[in-house]
Amino acid sequence: MAEGTHYIDKNEEVIKIRGLYKSFGDKHVLRGVDLDLFKGENLAVLGRSGTGKSVLIKIIIGLLQPDAGSVIVLGEDVNQLSYPALRALRLKVGFSFQSSALYDSMTVGENLAFPLRRNNRSMTKSQISKTVNTVLEAIGLPETINQLPAELSGGQKKRIGIGRTLILRPEIMLYDEPTSGLDPITSTELNNLIVNVRERFNTSSIVITHDLTCAKAVADRVAVMEEGKFLKIGTFDEVFSTQEGLIKSFYDYNFTQ
Amino acid sequence: MSSTNGKSDKPVINGKIDRFFLNFYNIFDFIRRLVREAVRPPIEWGEFIRQCYQVGYKSLALVTVTGFITGVVFTEQSRPTLSEFGVTAWLPSLVAIAVVRALAPLIAALICAGKVGSSIGAELASMKVTEQIDAMEVSAINPFRYLVVTRVIAMTVCLPILMFYNALIGCMGSYFDVHAHEQTSLVAFFDNAFAQITFLDYTTALTKSIVYGFTIGVVSCYQGFNATQGTLGVGKAANISVVVSMFLIFIEEVIIVHIFNSIR
Repeated sequence: MAEGTHYIDKNEEVIKIRGLYKSFGDKHVLRGVDLDLFKGENLAVLGRSGTGKSVLIKIIIGLLQPDAGSVIVLGEDVNQLSYPALRALRLKVGFSFQSSALYDSMTVGENLAFPLRRNNRSMTKSQISKTVNTVLEAIGLPETINQLPAELSGGQKKRIGIGRTLILRPEIMLYDEPTSGLDPITSTELNNLIVNVRERFNTSSIVITHDLTCAKAVADRVAVMEEGKFLKIGTFDEVFSTQEGLIKSFYDYNFTQ
Repeated sequence: MSSTNGKSDKPVINGKIDRFFLNFYNIFDFIRRLVREAVRPPIEWGEFIRQCYQVGYKSLALVTVTGFITGVVFTEQSRPTLSEFGVTAWLPSLVAIAVVRALAPLIAALICAGKVGSSIGAELASMKVTEQIDAMEVSAINPFRYLVVTRVIAMTVCLPILMFYNALIGCMGSYFDVHAHEQTSLVAFFDNAFAQITFLDYTTALTKSIVYGFTIGVVSCYQGFNATQGTLGVGKAANISVVVSMFLIFIEEVIIVHIFNSIR
């Protein structure tokens, strides 16, 4: 984990999940998940594909509804919120998609300005433009402002996706597989960006990944998920000091091979 | 909330019938949400105007060509019969009645279903499968309001305008044909043509085009907004948008004609 000046408040949970269940048809994806994310903390959720990691953060942001259990985000129960209240909560929670999900008919600048324009109707054009430039500087891509998403590389798209989320100044960031499909150098740049985002924007984050290098670089704690449950939660060294079958094989695959 | 509930419910009657009723309910719910969101301020003027440009202005060329050809062909086809009875002077009014009452609403609607409906279905489906709609949701933007409401209203507003334009161009096409054969003046042609058209004819045409526009908008937005299965779903949404819109347009045509004929 990169060194920084951040402070983790272990008395303040920004996300509190209890007894979370979710099924799709006969496929039981989440089977009783409990999780806490503390203020200022970066937590990596590790696991193989299809173990329910992405479903977990989609439930946190209210894109999916759980079958059972509670999700408290910044003191509010996501499942009990009305649509306007949920939208208000979403202003405080950023979500970075695995596919980046950039609006392909808009330029990078427009992609970043869009959520700002929609949610801050009182902002002037020059204020929006200034904020867009600040965020593009923060993610290290000011030169892409007039480019279309189709003209960007995979890593650039991911960074712009994160930038579009950051423009609303969220308190919590949810990253869905930020380094998937990227080369090791670009992955390292993205890991650094995630760490910098926490330092610069004061966020708490959940990073969904199956990349142990990413987890080690960005997370204060890691949680290993298997078949819809957490096998172990702790610091990277605590979790991977075990000789437990799946966790050990996960570690060996990433670092030994 | 955009929710996906994957509970494994057993079929109540049987799978297909269940799906049919579920789909029916979903469309009803979609329209209910559409009405609710449409009347709630603020109005998305920017996106609405952009959609009007897409629906209206970008369809003008096609509507002009088809309208003109319809007028010419209908006049050519009607002349021999009217000529047999020695009443070719009725050609302008016959064409005008046919164009205003039936042809223009139907042709404008079918063109829009094919051109705009498929484009809306594909565009929204593509946004759905690439998570762009979810990206709007998580950015606290109401995608239904921004994408669906604006498109449906633009279709509903622009189709009547296109229809009247199509009717005018159809009459112009007819005039050129009549002028070539009977040397009628433009003023005489239009005097004759519109003498027989009543207020009820205009009302029928307007009602039809409003209903057709709403139908195309709802069907294509519903298909796009609920697309699944990746790129396959995009093609499917575009295709179903056109097929279902056209099918419904013909059914609505029968119903509206029946209603207006009963009050004529």
